[in-house]
Amino acid sequence: MNKLEQVFTNGKAFIPFITAGDPSIEITEQLVLAMADAGADLIEVGIPFSDPVAEGQVIQEADNRALSGGVTTDKIFSMMGRIRKSCNVPMAFMTYVNPIFTYGTDRFMKNCQEIGIDGIIVPDLPYEEKDELMPCCLKYGVKLISMIAPTSNNRISMIARDAQGFIYCVSSLGVTGVRQEINTDVKEMIKLVKEVKDIPCAIGFGISTPEQAAKMVQFSDGVIVGSAIVKIVEQYGMDCVPHVVEYVRMMKNAIK
Amino acid sequence: MAKGRFGIHGGQYIPETLMNAVIELEEAYDRFKNDPEFIAELDDLLNNYAGRPSLLYFAQKMTKDLSGAKIYLKREDLNHTGSHKINNVLGQVLLAKRMGKNRVIAETGAGQHGVATATAAALMGMKCEIYMGKEDTDRQRLNVFRMELLGAKVHTVTSGTQTLKDAVNETMREWTQRVKDTHYVLGSVMGPHPFPSIVRDFQSIIGREVKQQMLEKEGRLPDVLLACVGGGSNAMGLFYDFIEDTKVRLIGCEAAGYGVDTAKTAATMATGTVGIFHGMKSYFCQDQYGQIAPVYSISAGLDYPGVGPEHANLHDMGRAEYVPVTDDEAVEAFEYLSHTEGIIPAIESAHAVAYAKKIAPKMSQDQTIVICLSGRGDKDVAAIARHRGVQIYE
Ligand SMILES: Cc1ncc(COP(=O)(O)O)c(C=O)c1O
Repeated sequence: MNKLEQVFTNGKAFIPFITAGDPSIEITEQLVLAMADAGADLIEVGIPFSDPVAEGQVIQEADNRALSGGVTTDKIFSMMGRIRKSCNVPMAFMTYVNPIFTYGTDRFMKNCQEIGIDGIIVPDLPYEEKDELMPCCLKYGVKLISMIAPTSNNRISMIARDAQGFIYCVSSLGVTGVRQEINTDVKEMIKLVKEVKDIPCAIGFGISTPEQAAKMVQFSDGVIVGSAIVKIVEQYGMDCVPHVVEYVRMMKNAIK
Repeated sequence: MAKGRFGIHGGQYIPETLMNAVIELEEAYDRFKNDPEFIAELDDLLNNYAGRPSLLYFAQKMTKDLSGAKIYLKREDLNHTGSHKINNVLGQVLLAKRMGKNRVIAETGAGQHGVATATAAALMGMKCEIYMGKEDTDRQRLNVFRMELLGAKVHTVTSGTQTLKDAVNETMREWTQRVKDTHYVLGSVMGPHPFPSIVRDFQSIIGREVKQQMLEKEGRLPDVLLACVGGGSNAMGLFYDFIEDTKVRLIGCEAAGYGVDTAKTAATMATGTVGIFHGMKSYFCQDQYGQIAPVYSISAGLDYPGVGPEHANLHDMGRAEYVPVTDDEAVEAFEYLSHTEGIIPAIESAHAVAYAKKIAPKMSQDQTIVICLSGRGDKDVAAIARHRGVQIYE
């Protein structure tokens, strides 16, 4: 069974993101387990890419640290397999299209199914190119998450109509990274989605504080937080787990 | 599947945030490319500002020295700003202006595309910001100052390998941040559709002129066309009008750096595999996990881990050949053309000259080779001196 359906059944969803292998694959494993315990509803694990064009500096540097540490897609699959043995939390991969394509899309999705990865988020795969991955996603029951952006306007209903799992609403122009203020009318974006399809919408890009998160869930089904968590990992390195746990608890509380 | 395919290559693999921008660009381009007023304005700029048509020069001494095929040089180095890059830039900046944009951004490797963009922006009254890898701002210092002189702001890119690939990443990031008033002037036949087609169209004037000039001078088509390939814009511009003329051999010269059997190379066709990056499916230098490889060439303009999708398709179809040329061969050709013909070529273009030196002696004297001399070499003199052990800094 695909676990994405349970993500939005425990109140508003809190969806943390971490980069696999930063600071080490062992810590990533501990982080996923600990974040699941702390109330994360879906955990997004980034497969690092050498050239993450949708990423701001914080996640770019995390990708660099992870790759210099020797992490590979195969090592990430093994780690996720170990996690799955003891943990039921819904999990998704976030990565770029090239690591999937070059690994072999069929082989990649087959591994996802075997391990129990519920979805994938691919920021450089827009609606027009989704057939690059979709046939294999369908074959192995991995949900390909659609994104909408502040510039999507007339494209939103087309994207929403074909979306599966949930919709990732990009709250700001530009790349990932912590922002003081979110000025986009995300509420209007979500309204356009819900007009054509009853599908959960989670907001990401720029969110870091409990106040921002609480505000965002007034008109959405959940929030995705990446850079703010990756920053904690960067700051505390091998000792980051309790700090991340504390942050995840605080955020989940703020949106309950 | 999205538009803009060349065989399996091409496409539009970009963040959703940019999709409406590329769609808008495609619509505007389709509208203006057939608009007589737009065409007339661009022609006027090309002829009266950039100095077209560029000469097709018969390299008599080189021909005699190699005692084989007759060698012609297509003198894109004589264009205003010193390279073929201006052809594309004038087209794109004019288009951006028609689209109501008031700001242009661009990546640059050697600095030639950045200089050309800054020039066109100055001429047409647009704000201009250029992204350039730190390694390149170091090895092409003079071009940084040139761009600033032209009123552009130059951002030094310190992420990744700090070269052309990273400059493209950073320009794409900037574009996602500010799509509304900004046009991204992509510098080669790469990136998401419609860029590979737009840049090829604006560069195809090179091949159209060559065809006419060869018919005038030789009364027939050339046997071989040679051009260096970074992203592939000067090569695509030269080849495009000859694709149907299947008797004409099309040869792209890639930067092999220290050699294709070393890690210090940028020869994408020789060492790369099919991948998806910078908005397109094409060949890329990468590892088994799809991590883009840190490439190397003495030439900043060819130091790129990918190649344009139309080239990838010409390669797959066997219509064009792609050959690796090392740093040493290129430097030798740089010096050779300088003292043989009194023409200092860009180190990029010298890669094509080097390959001509290899094949011309094996061809007969009634055959002809046209080499695209994509740029002039003034920018490279200090770097070549350093390569030869003379510590000159600009
Ligand atoms: C003189 C010159 N030739 C060639 C190139 C390579 O670009 P392309 O392969 O797009 O022609 C450059 C790029 O900077 C250049 O400056």
